[in-house]
Amino acid sequence: MASLSPVLELHGIVKTFNVGQPNESEILHGIDLTLQPGEFCSVIGPSGSGKSTLLNIVGLLDRPTRGTLTLCQQETTTLNDSGLTQLRGHSVGFVFQYHHLISAFSAIENVMMPMVADKGFIHHDMRERAALLLDSVGLTRWKDSPAMQLSGGQQQRVAVARALAMKPALILADEPTGNLDTKSADAVFDLLLRVSREEGTSVLFVTHNPLLSARCDRTIEVVDGRLIPDKV
Amino acid sequence: MRWLPFEAWVSLRFMREGKVQTSFIVGGISIGVAVIVFMSALLSGLQTNFVRRALTGQAHIQVLPLKEVVRPLRDQDKDWHELAIVQAPLQRLKSIDQWQSAVLQINAMPEVLVVSPAATGSALLMRGDVNRAITLTGITPELYFRIVPLPEKIVRGQARMEVDTIFIGTDLATDLGVAVGDKLRVSAANGSQTTLKVAAIFDLGNKGANSRSTFVALRTAQSLLGMAGRVSVLDITVRDVYAADVVAQRISAMTHLEADSWIKTNEQFFTAVHAQTTANTAIRFFVALSVGFGIASVLVVSVVQRSREIGIFRAMGITRGQILRIFLLQGGLLGLLGALSGSLMGGVALVLWQRFERNADGTVMFPLSLEPTLFMQALSLATLTGLLAAFAPALRAARLDPVVAIRG
Repeated sequence: MASLSPVLELHGIVKTFNVGQPNESEILHGIDLTLQPGEFCSVIGPSGSGKSTLLNIVGLLDRPTRGTLTLCQQETTTLNDSGLTQLRGHSVGFVFQYHHLISAFSAIENVMMPMVADKGFIHHDMRERAALLLDSVGLTRWKDSPAMQLSGGQQQRVAVARALAMKPALILADEPTGNLDTKSADAVFDLLLRVSREEGTSVLFVTHNPLLSARCDRTIEVVDGRLIPDKV
Repeated sequence: MRWLPFEAWVSLRFMREGKVQTSFIVGGISIGVAVIVFMSALLSGLQTNFVRRALTGQAHIQVLPLKEVVRPLRDQDKDWHELAIVQAPLQRLKSIDQWQSAVLQINAMPEVLVVSPAATGSALLMRGDVNRAITLTGITPELYFRIVPLPEKIVRGQARMEVDTIFIGTDLATDLGVAVGDKLRVSAANGSQTTLKVAAIFDLGNKGANSRSTFVALRTAQSLLGMAGRVSVLDITVRDVYAADVVAQRISAMTHLEADSWIKTNEQFFTAVHAQTTANTAIRFFVALSVGFGIASVLVVSVVQRSREIGIFRAMGITRGQILRIFLLQGGLLGLLGALSGSLMGGVALVLWQRFERNADGTVMFPLSLEPTLFMQALSLATLTGLLAAFAPALRAARLDPVVAIRG
């Protein structure tokens, strides 16, 4: 494990919105962060501190104004939109607070989606893998149910299964338990922890829940766009 | 489903999910396409029917001797001076100079199918106290019948033409009270007379033609009209009826004779057809425009409604190109579905029109043919319109900032 390269390296990440305009504002002020393979790291901080902006940059959905970001040994500053999309598709899995499943598809089809998009066509193997993933999150019975007919906790578990579909090196979970009851929140957290342990997937887990944060390998706090040194 | 590409999979699901929107826009496109199919078939049927009717009774091209013209006198001393009054000349019955060599020249043209020489002139038909002015046409039956299918129009008698027989129209037969086998006296303007036996009575479908037109053997007409060995007209059939005008011009240039095509002699009809075609094209354009706006508006709404899903797609690693294709495909599919159902509606409307819209005597107004090319054109036009209309909303979807889209 010691010889493995970091999954994620951020150096001096700055994000400024409305550059050159009167309402220009710097949200992140030089973030440095390294995440090792299999590391389960919680991100805490008050609302508006820049957690989601940081996650968007790490997930290659947004570009930093300054600084460098290396994901899976790939330096991303020079990549164009197509390169970023490809790297994101293969290396990053997202779990959002509001689960965000695609309503026109069933649970299993939502899990298959990233694989089908990557290959361009539906293949039998994809359905098998999606079924296995749904089984691992305890949703075999509901695999053919329309996504919108599942409960909030079930939808979030489908979202976790979908995030795992491409066997990503990094999962970015933006308050995935924030909208769930305690039991469902624990179930989703346990699921992500298990995946991280079994698959060696790194996880950045944004949460406001100190109990869940305390169970992570490591906790970082974002305050006013700056990273407070590791708490653990 | 294994064969289904990702973009088609998503497009079809999106359309199925918004089935009310999909049904309404497909319904709208269908009505537009049905109008196009119906009107185009009607216009084409009308045109085909006229062409068929016109060409069963006349040659595609008629070659005639040049009309006599008066050359204005010039002043001997001042070469450029013309006399002010020029009187129009009389047009005497003329024959075609060296017609055999003209026939050989025209027959050598690859566009020409048949050339039939004929001698035509006015005459008087007499029986007892009754007489009628007629147009006497002397023909070579084996050639002329390939141009005008006269045997098909014979209602009594047989299409066997001898030197002493005459074919007359139904109205002329009624006026003179003659039947097949009766004899008639024919007198030409130059005073020559002969007696001919009615061998056949025909119906050309036109009262004027049935009262005036008569057909005899070429030699009989030549003898009566004082044109021994000569002819006054060459009737011609060409391969492409719509190229008759061009072929006529070439014949005229080659033989230095006057050549009139059926297109020229039916100019009014073609003007009307041109006007109708222009109107039909305008209708097509505006229907396509409304179909395009309909599809675009549905897709613009769809992009707005699905912007968060588009953001999720982007987070999953789905490219801008794939997003673009998903929405383009929806536009194309809406157009195609609308065109399929519109073609069906148009086809049914045509069948019903043919069944219920009849002449007073119960016969079909004119036969309509449901051309596959018409339906293929409608399908292509609607699908292409759908694709074009979808381009702006699809581009907007592809350009959505995923962060903004996910935030909603």
